[in-house]
Amino acid sequence: MKFQSIALAAMLATLSSLTPSAALAQEKVQFFPSLTGRTGPVAPNATPFANGYADYMKLVNARGGINGVKTLVEECETAYATDRGVECYERLKGKHGGATVFQPLSTGITFALTEKVPTDKIPLITSGYGRSDSADGSIFKWNFPLIGHYWVAGDTVLQHIAKKEGGWDKLKGKKIGVVYHDSPFGKELLPILQERSKMHGFELQLLPVPAPGVEQKAIWLQVRQQRPDFVVMQTWGVMTATAIKEAVATGYPRDKMFGTWWSGAEPDLKDVGAAAKGYSAVMMQHGAEPDAPVVKEILTKVHDKGQGTGPKEEVGQVLYMRGVVGAMLSVEGVRAAQERFGKGKVMLGDNARWGYENLNLTQAKLDALGFKGVMRPVSTSCFDHMGSAWARVHTWDGAKFTWASDWLQADDQIIKPLVKASAEKYAAEKKLTRREPADCQS
Amino acid sequence: MLYRENGQFKTSYRSDSQVFPIAQDRIGIWLLLAFAVIGVPLLADEYLFRAVLIPFLILSLAALGLNILVGYCGQISLGTGAFMAVGAYAAYNFMVRIEGMPLLGAVLLGGACATVVGVLFGIPSLRIKGLYLAVATLAAQFFVDWAFLRISWFTNNSSSGSVSVSNLNFFGIAINTPTEKYLLCLGFLIVFAMAAKNLVRSHVGREWMAIRDMDVAAAVIGIRPVYAKLTAFAVSSFIVGVAGALWGFVHLGSWEPAAFSIDRSFQLLFMIIIGGLGSIMGSIFGAAFIVILPIFLNQALPALGALVGVTISTAAVAHTELMIFGALIVFFLIVEPHGLARLWSIGKEKMRLWPFPH
Repeated sequence: MKFQSIALAAMLATLSSLTPSAALAQEKVQFFPSLTGRTGPVAPNATPFANGYADYMKLVNARGGINGVKTLVEECETAYATDRGVECYERLKGKHGGATVFQPLSTGITFALTEKVPTDKIPLITSGYGRSDSADGSIFKWNFPLIGHYWVAGDTVLQHIAKKEGGWDKLKGKKIGVVYHDSPFGKELLPILQERSKMHGFELQLLPVPAPGVEQKAIWLQVRQQRPDFVVMQTWGVMTATAIKEAVATGYPRDKMFGTWWSGAEPDLKDVGAAAKGYSAVMMQHGAEPDAPVVKEILTKVHDKGQGTGPKEEVGQVLYMRGVVGAMLSVEGVRAAQERFGKGKVMLGDNARWGYENLNLTQAKLDALGFKGVMRPVSTSCFDHMGSAWARVHTWDGAKFTWASDWLQADDQIIKPLVKASAEKYAAEKKLTRREPADCQS
Repeated sequence: MLYRENGQFKTSYRSDSQVFPIAQDRIGIWLLLAFAVIGVPLLADEYLFRAVLIPFLILSLAALGLNILVGYCGQISLGTGAFMAVGAYAAYNFMVRIEGMPLLGAVLLGGACATVVGVLFGIPSLRIKGLYLAVATLAAQFFVDWAFLRISWFTNNSSSGSVSVSNLNFFGIAINTPTEKYLLCLGFLIVFAMAAKNLVRSHVGREWMAIRDMDVAAAVIGIRPVYAKLTAFAVSSFIVGVAGALWGFVHLGSWEPAAFSIDRSFQLLFMIIIGGLGSIMGSIFGAAFIVILPIFLNQALPALGALVGVTISTAAVAHTELMIFGALIVFFLIVEPHGLARLWSIGKEKMRLWPFPH
């Protein structure tokens, strides 16, 4: 009997906790849900992202909203687990007048949500993660890997290595070890590396690390045995720090190690400190930007008012900036959509999708937003959901990151066919057809 | 007062061997089923269906399967996640590779493949017992994880190792809306729960329980341990495999081996321990506890905080959720080590003695 009354009370409380969103929905807000990873295996890295995302949205409100429409962020914790991520998505998608866009920050969750967003009509921005083939907008109508995906990162990191060696032909016969997270996140990188290895005759040594990646002794012993000329790392969360510590222990030179977009941020390296000196990682568009105008504006308009989301010293770090850039792209898509569907109105997911598909962030616009020196222009279309393929490489000097390369651009000639083939395979499996040109106007 | 079987005489063998011998139980179960089939679709919203009820039903089914093996036959298994994965990936392959494969066919064939793998990994149970067997079934978990990550044929050569299905169709009815998905899962659960309930009352079930209680004595009275243990593995893996296929097809839609990791195996084992070993109802209680409680806590805590004017950060909510959840597990296990199902039956006993329970 006691149990029954507890159960009844629990049921009632659940029902009551599900309803309060109705009151808030009356206000005119643009709702940006935020799926966070503040706990779990990627917490050190995913937390700054969530903070940056939230802070930029506050800054947008301090600047007067999106043509007067205020933004609202509500977080839901996924702990990087796919099933919790799906639950969060279901929880948030209908709140506060409907979600504008989701940024799951997890490849597993992205794969699961890719199946759900077309019916719910909510776009998905997956900058630098998720499905690389979703850059093909004519098959993936709702997915936007804006500013790059795994293959862009993989291609540019190899370009950087080739440049350092003095040309692609110098890579012939060389051996490149690939330390990757043994999951879709890690494996998504491989097609571009395999393609390049076929083209230029270097050998790949694949070194998968089981999740969450804290046990890497065996992998680095293999590295020591086989002495690859370079090591490329596709790691995330606690895994990166572990890899670098193991490399230090094995004595593998850090200046021969190159991370991809998710494997080179302050939380990964600050514990290792000076020992990690020389480690590089490829950064699509932004890196650590403590001097960017937008960072200064966040500090004065958000943090100095006591409304900052995370610690102040994190503002401007790599992953914080990633959150800021992610939020900026979310907001600018809505602004673009407002141009077409009505300024100062709340955009539904469907409208926002049009905005993301017709983004045209010129350098002047980016500079005005405070992203001078942080980003290069991004412009998307119905067929290209990526918008830009620019990247730079930065190197850890023992205490902070410094730029080690000029702007690199991923080779369209190689990536386009890969994206097309993979997207078509997906479409064939799902029995989807390419969108008609007429559909682009919708 | 109402819940009393006085005056209900059993005049035939049929009535004596009913699943629910007490009339009030029968009425109760019919009302419950009617509520689940008709009432819930009218009341629940999309969130409740997609995020709470569907995972709850599917994991109930998986826990039910595991309970047959662990609760009824006494063979501890840590390979449940693996058998779910076999069910899901096998069903996926049948769906992708055979043109026009019906959903039901794929799911059941997935279950059949899980049966084969389950029996294979059940063979060591003939020699080893208890915790040692648990460790041996752990091998299934690691092997299956490895196989689906490494052998690209299983994932139809997808570059990322993640597979997905869509356009579900049950005998010509498209399964798209959450209500349809819910009813599909509910149908599976009802059919399998009834089948399992009858199975454990049959001679096979009694053999399982005999093996569980004392295998030497069971062998002496003429029960073949090989047959009893392997049938338990087979039936359990089949149900678990079907649940795995549903988890992939209906709940996630797209999945990777991590969806069926060792964590899933532990989660299911905790479900049946908390719910009640050797009880069909217990599997469902356990699944409810483990699936619904964390989600409930996660939403109730910020609401509770707002009530007293405190904003709790997302991370703090996640940590508190884990702490309260852990404390509740310990609390329930201390209060009733035999699980929630036992609390339920104690409750029923008290009802029968009402108004003078002792």
